[in-house]
Amino acid sequence: MCDTCGCSGDCGAVLRKPGESDYHVHVNPGTEEHSHSHAGGETHDHDHFPEEHHDRDYMHNHDGGHHHHHEGTSRKIVLEQDVLQQNNLLAERNRGYFEARNIFALNFLSSPGSGKTSLLEKIIPLLHQRFPVAVIEGDQQTTNDADRIHALGVPVIQINTGSGCHLDALMVNRAVKELDLQDNSLLCIENVGNLVCPALFDLGEALKVVIISVTEGDDKPLKYPTMFHEADLCILNKIDLLPYVEFDVAKCRENAMRVNHHLEWFELSATTGEGLAQWQQWLEKRLLHH
Amino acid sequence: MHEMSIAMSIVDAVVANAEKEGGVRISGVELLVGKLAGIEAESLKFCFSAATKGTIAEGAALVIGEPEGTGECGECGMRFPVTFYYAECPKCRSLRITIVSGEEFLIQTITIEEEGE
Ligand SMILES: Nc1nc2c(ncn2[C@@H]2O[C@H](COP(=O)(O)OP(=O)(O)O)[C@@H](O)[C@H]2O)c(=O)[nH]1
Ligand SMILES: [Mg+2]
Ligand SMILES: [Zn+2]
Ligand SMILES: [Zn+2]
Ligand SMILES: [Zn+2]
Ligand SMILES: [Zn+2]
Ligand SMILES: [Zn+2]
Repeated sequence: MCDTCGCSGDCGAVLRKPGESDYHVHVNPGTEEHSHSHAGGETHDHDHFPEEHHDRDYMHNHDGGHHHHHEGTSRKIVLEQDVLQQNNLLAERNRGYFEARNIFALNFLSSPGSGKTSLLEKIIPLLHQRFPVAVIEGDQQTTNDADRIHALGVPVIQINTGSGCHLDALMVNRAVKELDLQDNSLLCIENVGNLVCPALFDLGEALKVVIISVTEGDDKPLKYPTMFHEADLCILNKIDLLPYVEFDVAKCRENAMRVNHHLEWFELSATTGEGLAQWQQWLEKRLLHH
Repeated sequence: MHEMSIAMSIVDAVVANAEKEGGVRISGVELLVGKLAGIEAESLKFCFSAATKGTIAEGAALVIGEPEGTGECGECGMRFPVTFYYAECPKCRSLRITIVSGEEFLIQTITIEEEGE
């Protein structure tokens, strides 16, 4: 990790595989995507006066012994460039690859602990006789989730993002190269547990699946509107706990629909399997015609 | 703090553009961050200055424009301010609203300095 800015920079995300302790691949954005070097590096680090003083014809000397002028060479360039352009372009490449191979990719998003991994553990055994399934697990640390999926006997790769709080298109691009994906398969991508920035980073998925559980507030969709606005379907998990918690399902659904009236809605329990059949049916239909 | 990785994407993008244009230093960056874009402008400013450390954008003045959200009614065409993804048309009460501004997230301009030898 990068001490200077706390990012996962040069450092970057690492790919790992369960049961292969010596396998580890750095997702290195390389020079074009994370080209900044940090203080103490090879960049010339001298102090500039604040830019307000950096007028035309302004000239200054540096104590470091090297001299240069900034003579009226200040120039404004109009970019009008999407901040996430780089990620969006790469996501489109992933999407094209998935489409060409008829791979149905789902991006699973939730707060930590809502039940993303549990849901995958439950649904994959029901699907993978009919459809090949592969999984990309995103977490800051550990291969725990990938180990859980590995136990089901499907191909899985772990992306450890370190200090990074979301997956991006580059990480998925690299992970896909390390996974032996089959044509006409389902690819489940479990994002890092976080309802904020994963909403902004397109991975190239076909659909975004947001999961909330009844132990969270029924106003969650209003607190994280960007995520619910971006999602294609919402799964309300842990409905087995409804008798024990104060959670208004109708109100939660209404809140979610206010933010996104195209949202598909499912209610289930990954623990008891209640409500799972409806979602399975929907998934199988989409797997055949997506 | 998710604004950090976003700040880093911005730094990477502006540095790449500045270098392409022959800039040796970036003295200013103008962003457009819509009120509905899901980005905290204050936090982004803080992260930006950390993310520029040791780059040619270090010390660059960051100016963030924050356009307000505007919705347009799909029934009667009325335009009105919105602060959220859902809204009701104040004129005809329709819920078929399209967001027409407020979701922007753009690097508008950079100001570079060229080495004047
Ligand atoms: N009661 C109940 N607990 C659940 C359910 N789904 C998941 N959990 C529990 O919630 C915790 C977090 O689940 P996990 O799948 O690891 O969440 P993730 O962080 O979203 O991947 C675990 O202790 C699960 O056993 C459910 O439907 N009902
Ligand atoms: Mg998990
Ligand atoms: Zn860094
Ligand atoms: Zn390593
Ligand atoms: Zn200088
Ligand atoms: Zn993040
Ligand atoms: Zn109207």
